[in-house]
Amino acid sequence: MIKHEYSELQPMTPSWLALVGVLGVLILAAFGAVWYMEHNGHWVTGMTNQVVWGTPHVFAVFLIVAASGALNVASIGSVFGRELYKPLGRLSGLLALALLAGGLAVLVLDLGRPDRAMVMIAHWNLRSVFSLNVVLYSGMFSLIALYLWTMMDWTMKAYYKPVAVAAFLWRLLLTTGTGSIFGFLIARDGYGSAVMAPEFIAMSFAFGLAVFNLVLLGFYAGSGRPISHALIHRLGSRLGLFVAADLYFVAMQHITSLYWGGRAAFETFILTSGGVYTLLFWVGQIVLGGLIPLWLGFCPRPMERGRVRIASALVILGGLAQMYVLIVGGQAFPLQLFPGMEVSSAFADGQFHAYTPSLPEVVLGLGGFAIALMIVVLGCSFLRFLPVSLDHHGEHITPCGCGPIHHHK
Amino acid sequence: MMRRLGAIGSLLAAVLVVTVLGSWAAWAADGRPDLPKPKGEQCIDTVDNMRRGHFDMLEHQRSLTLRQGIRGAKVSLKECVACHAAEGADGKPIPVNAPGQFCQSCHAYGAVSIDCFECHATTPKGADASAQR
Amino acid sequence: MTCPNTNKDRRQFLAGVAATAVLAPGVVLLTAPASARAPGEPATSANRWGLLIDTTLCKSDCTACVGACVKEMGLEGHDRPRTDAQYIRKVTVSDPETGHSHTLPVMCQHCAKAACIEVCPTGASMRRADGIVLVDRHICIGCRYCMMACPYKARSFTHEEQDNQKSYLPRGKGCVEACTLCAHRIDDGREPACVEACVTEGQGAMLFGDLADPASKIAQRVAKEASSRIRADLGLEPAVRYQGI
Repeated sequence: MIKHEYSELQPMTPSWLALVGVLGVLILAAFGAVWYMEHNGHWVTGMTNQVVWGTPHVFAVFLIVAASGALNVASIGSVFGRELYKPLGRLSGLLALALLAGGLAVLVLDLGRPDRAMVMIAHWNLRSVFSLNVVLYSGMFSLIALYLWTMMDWTMKAYYKPVAVAAFLWRLLLTTGTGSIFGFLIARDGYGSAVMAPEFIAMSFAFGLAVFNLVLLGFYAGSGRPISHALIHRLGSRLGLFVAADLYFVAMQHITSLYWGGRAAFETFILTSGGVYTLLFWVGQIVLGGLIPLWLGFCPRPMERGRVRIASALVILGGLAQMYVLIVGGQAFPLQLFPGMEVSSAFADGQFHAYTPSLPEVVLGLGGFAIALMIVVLGCSFLRFLPVSLDHHGEHITPCGCGPIHHHK
Repeated sequence: MMRRLGAIGSLLAAVLVVTVLGSWAAWAADGRPDLPKPKGEQCIDTVDNMRRGHFDMLEHQRSLTLRQGIRGAKVSLKECVACHAAEGADGKPIPVNAPGQFCQSCHAYGAVSIDCFECHATTPKGADASAQR
Repeated sequence: MTCPNTNKDRRQFLAGVAATAVLAPGVVLLTAPASARAPGEPATSANRWGLLIDTTLCKSDCTACVGACVKEMGLEGHDRPRTDAQYIRKVTVSDPETGHSHTLPVMCQHCAKAACIEVCPTGASMRRADGIVLVDRHICIGCRYCMMACPYKARSFTHEEQDNQKSYLPRGKGCVEACTLCAHRIDDGREPACVEACVTEGQGAMLFGDLADPASKIAQRVAKEASSRIRADLGLEPAVRYQGI
């Protein structure tokens, strides 16, 4: 058993101010974009009556999926008892909260009537997967808050393990719910599949760890705190494992669809003839976001900081590409009113629907990332989320009870 | 001590009275909105009740009309508009949410925004009223 | 143009009946296909309003139903086809193997097990007791999940501010909208605008009526003649039936 000392990030340093300043500008820009889109109406975006969910949803779903994945680092330490991960639990919980908040902010701010978001509390349709997700999100916030409490207050230690198990199970449910938003859409050839739920869970493991790695390495480099090689290697190779799981479910999704006669046209579209979607699928999602991080994670040489950074950044970019192909590509392919027939109309029936992201949509999406990072930076600056050292051989960490430094238990 | 508390109390009471009377005076004086005359003789309820309760009435009725399909109810936004929309010099109805008109002038006075007319017609029969049946 | 007069006569007759109903509540009205509901009476599940569309009568160059809908509902739009609202459209269906081609109008199918109602988080997508599927814009938050779920692409998102709305069809920026089966006309004892136009200007391919009333023409025809639904395989039980698809 090892006791870890935690401390705040030093605020108001030049680099801290620069980071908070940049994030603040991004958040303000996002609110400007929202004002512009809501004032004019959604016709100024790239979204149409054919492609109803666009870039904001790509970012929002990515962030929500990554949120539950970011909590895995804590779960590996608490639920599965890996000592190496235990000191990362607090940051993991905070990052999960922040990513969820960022993703939900984007989702709510893109609504046609964001001023009515509170209507969702007064009016419930319990049969809706969306409503179920609202329950899951709220529960997730409460459970993570409780989880952080049990991690940060030793008087709550008795509840640490049960809360950890509950949070882990809840996050699996939450990602199942997110995947089911698409999995239950029977009418569209790109969705409507039970594989969506496990695929989203695999995605969340990969995306969440990738974001976690970048935040951890960034904060530790920026504040000059040590991290052991063993931990860096572990974080990088585990990312490779999660990417492999994502690739497996993606393969299952497309192979099942290919065998499903009626969906061959959709698969042909995404895999071979879909233009930007085909490009994003093969180059963005499969090669950059999948095969390269997989190779980086499993090649025999031990992982270095730089390689973990590259692998994590690629997983995030590949993840955004995957979301784009799934969400926008899935709608670009026309609904089949008469399977096997050719259809046309003045309302774009039977055509591949065009969609071009507009600047305000992208700015809103990036604002979601900025909101999440701002929460993490401020949280780490004012509360003790970060271990002073993550180097087991360093002088800051000593065996339980006999070390010179453990002011904060 | 008690005397001082009493003094403070009377001072507060005086301030309260002045404020209330002052705002009453403001309502009664020039600031009070000048509402266009309605077409009908009699509203569905007393002026007091309508001023205080029209929103609750409309909010209650809206679900009955839309979700249950109840038509011809006593409370009806359509009827409010039909009665309260003034006519311009050209004989065409003026939207009730236009500045100085029935809904807008009072809502501007009370600094309360109206959500109704984001969707609902603001003139008796809606678009190109003359072409309507 | 004889139909409009006939309709006008019927309307006047119905108005008379409705007036009688006000004077003497409890009078049972036996007028088909629709009779005006008495003021204060809710829609009931005794009715199931629906359409039967004979596509063999639908001419490929006729858009009377679409034009009538745009006029009735005030959907003139902003000349931006990808974001302007549509409630009804003419779809051309061709068989790539045989080359045969025909057209048909597609609108909200007013499903008994509507996907839009299932997925709506707030309950804004709703079905009236008489089977008409509507959007309650008072509680619609504009999430567009219903548009993702609808297999018929029947719904539109109001992409920009509206003015000049019809008094019987409130619609505004940020909410989802779709065909109401002209609920305002049905409640008034009249037929949907598209059906009326199809009879007067088109070939009379569309029949409106009460599927739950065995005496109605539509119920008798669907009981005797073959008809199907678009994407019947999805099991959503639409109230719009087609012949010749």
